Amino acid sequence: MLSLLKTMWTVFLHLFRRKITVSYPEEKPYVPPRWRGRIILSCDPDGGERCVACYLCAVACPVDCIALQAAEDEHGRRYPEFFRINFSRCIFCGFCEEACPAYAIQLTTDFEMGEYKRQNLVYEKEDLLISGPGKYPGYNFYRTAGLSIEGKDKGEAENELPPVDVRGIMP
Amino acid sequence: MATIFIDNKPYEVKEGQDLLQACLSLGFNVPYFCWHPAMHSVGACRQCAVKQYKDEADTRGKIVMSCMTPAADGTRISIDDPEAKAFRKGVIEWLMLNHPHDCPVCDEGGECHLQDMTVMTGHSYRRYRFKKRTYRNQYLGPFVNHEMDRCIQCYRCVRFYRDYAGGRDLNVFASHDHVYFGRHEDGILQSEFSGNLVEVCPTGVFTDKTLKKHYTRKWDLQTAPSVCVHCSLGCNTIPGERYGKLRRVSDRYNSEVNGYFLCDRGRFGYEFVNSGRRIPQVLVRPERNVDAIPVSREEVLEHISGVLHFGARVIGIGSPRASLEANFALRSLVGPENYYSGMSEKEHALISSIIKILEKGPARSASLNDVMKSDAVFVLGEDVLNTAPMLGLALRQSVRQRPMEAERRLKIPDWHDAAVRAAMQSERGPLFIATPAGTGIDDIAAGTFRGAPDDIARLGFAVAHELNNELPEVTGLSSKVHGLAKRIADELRNAGRPLIVSGTGCLSEAVIHAAANIAWALCEKGRKAQLCFAMPECNSVGLGFIGGSSIGMALKAADEGRVDAAIVLENDLYRRVDAAQLDRFFDKVKNVIVIDHVFTKTSAKADVILPAGSFAETTGTVINNEGRAQRFYQVFIPGLDIQESRQWLRDMMAASHIPLAGQWKTLDDITAAMTEAIPSLKQVREIAPGATYRETGMRVPRQPHRYSGRTAMFSHFLVHEPKPPEDTDAPFSFSMEGYEGRHPSPLIPRFWSPGWNSVQAVNKFQREINGPLRGGDTGKRLIEPGDIERPAYFTVVPAAFNVHDNEILVVPLYHIFGSEELSVISPGVAELSSKPYLALNPRGLKGTGTKEGEEIKLILNGRTYNLPVKFMSDLPDGVAGLPFGLPGSQWVELPAWGRVNPENADIVQ
Repeated sequence: MLSLLKTMWTVFLHLFRRKITVSYPEEKPYVPPRWRGRIILSCDPDGGERCVACYLCAVACPVDCIALQAAEDEHGRRYPEFFRINFSRCIFCGFCEEACPAYAIQLTTDFEMGEYKRQNLVYEKEDLLISGPGKYPGYNFYRTAGLSIEGKDKGEAENELPPVDVRGIMP
Repeated sequence: MATIFIDNKPYEVKEGQDLLQACLSLGFNVPYFCWHPAMHSVGACRQCAVKQYKDEADTRGKIVMSCMTPAADGTRISIDDPEAKAFRKGVIEWLMLNHPHDCPVCDEGGECHLQDMTVMTGHSYRRYRFKKRTYRNQYLGPFVNHEMDRCIQCYRCVRFYRDYAGGRDLNVFASHDHVYFGRHEDGILQSEFSGNLVEVCPTGVFTDKTLKKHYTRKWDLQTAPSVCVHCSLGCNTIPGERYGKLRRVSDRYNSEVNGYFLCDRGRFGYEFVNSGRRIPQVLVRPERNVDAIPVSREEVLEHISGVLHFGARVIGIGSPRASLEANFALRSLVGPENYYSGMSEKEHALISSIIKILEKGPARSASLNDVMKSDAVFVLGEDVLNTAPMLGLALRQSVRQRPMEAERRLKIPDWHDAAVRAAMQSERGPLFIATPAGTGIDDIAAGTFRGAPDDIARLGFAVAHELNNELPEVTGLSSKVHGLAKRIADELRNAGRPLIVSGTGCLSEAVIHAAANIAWALCEKGRKAQLCFAMPECNSVGLGFIGGSSIGMALKAADEGRVDAAIVLENDLYRRVDAAQLDRFFDKVKNVIVIDHVFTKTSAKADVILPAGSFAETTGTVINNEGRAQRFYQVFIPGLDIQESRQWLRDMMAASHIPLAGQWKTLDDITAAMTEAIPSLKQVREIAPGATYRETGMRVPRQPHRYSGRTAMFSHFLVHEPKPPEDTDAPFSFSMEGYEGRHPSPLIPRFWSPGWNSVQAVNKFQREINGPLRGGDTGKRLIEPGDIERPAYFTVVPAAFNVHDNEILVVPLYHIFGSEELSVISPGVAELSSKPYLALNPRGLKGTGTKEGEEIKLILNGRTYNLPVKFMSDLPDGVAGLPFGLPGSQWVELPAWGRVNPENADIVQ
């Protein structure tokens, strides 16, 4: 009996506390910038697709909800032929972003992804790609490292010497 | 046995090994790069450093390279010593100075020995502040991709390519830190074994170019143990699939068969599975010479049940490229008396003869491992590099056996590769090659002989006579040939493990008889002589066991009007019989049902075409040239209407109410029925655990435990994930669920071990380095020699070959790329295959003014062929060569007498 009254008293006191709930969606909650929400694929500063289809996000994914296929374009640059995330499985752990060597896959602050049909939670590359570089403005994987592709010869990546002259006789 | 102490614990190891090999055999993780189990130690990379102590009292010790130190009795070493660890870490740091930061776009990533070793040694942070060296890459052909920046200068590639495989066009160039591994200029790698560079290279300098086109990481490949179908040797392979497409084939270690290597045809011929020539659905031709139209499974089975009605005279034509089970299912459907093996008359006779020789004679059939260990070899009539390439690679190792004996007397250990090769120089053991045309291993031969098949047989009989005087003498030999026969006989007699290699390549029974006579004569002398026959196809021997008569008999039966319907199983008859004869067959037989996985000339004539699974989509058993029955497992489930041939046959049985169909639920049921019907195949039951095998209640997973994309790969069709298909024929699952641990050796789906993601992980699966897999090597030998007092020698010596005035003897020539039916459908192999030609000796064309490449008329069996001439100066006089089975060529009965450019050519035509 006493505990019942105590409980009611506690509830009554809460009437005078500051309200925590907000009237979403009219009022948007604060989302910190490192929030792990909807996943996007970013583009490099030159406007090209950043993803080099290395499969590291797919293998890092604990629920295996990323599937892709690597292909090579006419410049010798690798890109994903298709890139699919099944958001109905995604747990937004952010491992994919951590694994990505090209800063291509990033988690954003958007969490408003509710759908009436589960099938609509399957995102293809067209749904994932954004036009900007996202959180990492300056980075371009192929300018930094990787194979020589059209427009970037051997020795033109960061920290590289010009190609060796195999037939040279200098010591 | 020797006792060595590793970190103060005693271990028993085999004597005569190096420490690295001993440590790896014991299961220790010692990093290495330049050492390779097949190529042994050179001590180039300094990565396998350990600390060695003089004795128990020694506390300081010294750092030694474990690969260059013998595992002698009482050796005391420490792997975990901090100084040794720091040394190894330092070495990796140096190796990584110039290694590019491109793992994400490197095809080796995820199965890279360099990655594994870097993680193993603990190097993780780059301290070097200067720039990385780069190189220009080369174009190396359709199979191997070159990315020289990644090189760590371990020299494994040139050691494999030049020293082990005898290639000459890959080498190391330049000096100091400009060292470059490649060709002198861009170009296609010439070696038949260039694909092994992909596995031999510890990092991504050489990668699989066919995989690059549809790149998938190792952890994403669904794999199952398989057997190569592109020649008769039955090399063990691991095909990998992703998204319903076969992505690559890699080596599956089997110490008795292929060891660590595969030939390029076996490794890169797989792409036919993905090709546009696959039959995707059931097709029915309403009438002849009309396009076939797709129909449903039910419709076609109903149609077939009408064709196979009671009383219909149905024959079945099997195939040496289909599994034992599929052939047996066909035999059961049509009845043994109506079953034909699907081999040409000659092929059929040769195979039967070879099986009889191996079963009834005293000489044992040699495995590839036996071939490698033979110390005197005589090759009769077989161009091994082109018909059974891995046999050629094994022969290259066999010529080292005799000089190795001398090295052992000099106390140079076998594993000390650089020392062995330096002491050996160009010394080689006896290898004699007698073939109609030059072969790719002539450079290591002690003697070669060029002759027509009959002359080759005569040389063989002469050798046999030298070994045993009671055997028929060959008269009329020139003194030169006689001398050669004497020399060969002497070498074989003095050898400890002589080997006679022959095969069906010459299409001559006399050659095979001569080979048998030599081996038997040696056996009678108490030598452990072995025989190795190369056969035309992957299951030629299996068909020999199943029996049935040749296609010729089937054609005869049809000619006599005794056939209403024919079922052709995975066989392009136009590759085995004369086209005109076959056309007549198709005219006579009203209903022809073809079950195959690729469209062929035969399927173009068929009334019903049923899509069968290729080797990667079926489970079955094949018997290789040694008589070893090996199981290959389904790697993935094909789409559309495709199903296994034996399933189609079972469905046909069910549709036509043959009661047997009900009893055949799984592959094991068919195997059981087969071994009962054909007792000589009894041991096929024992080659692998049955479909009900479980490890702690679990199946063997086809997918690695880190398989990705499971919940997304099909979600674009339907977000609800489908249940993984169940396999009723094998103890494998089509998922990553199952037992991750040690499996029985026939069920090892891939080589992987914690910390060992590359192919080098195989050392964790071997009983000891270079030894059999734990649990024994896979496959069961079905042919063992009889216990015979005196073998039934062959006594008929063919007459000497006489050059005819106006005629020329046309013999078959073979091409590794092109002569095999399936591999040539793969784009890479097709690129390297040649166009049909006629090989002639320029000597015989003197005065005619014929130039190379010029088109020439060849009249053979009353038919005219226009072929470009290719000069081949080592062909014997009066002999011409016609490549076998190249795309665009027609089947001709060979060897045959033909006429070249006769004046009356038009009349004959």
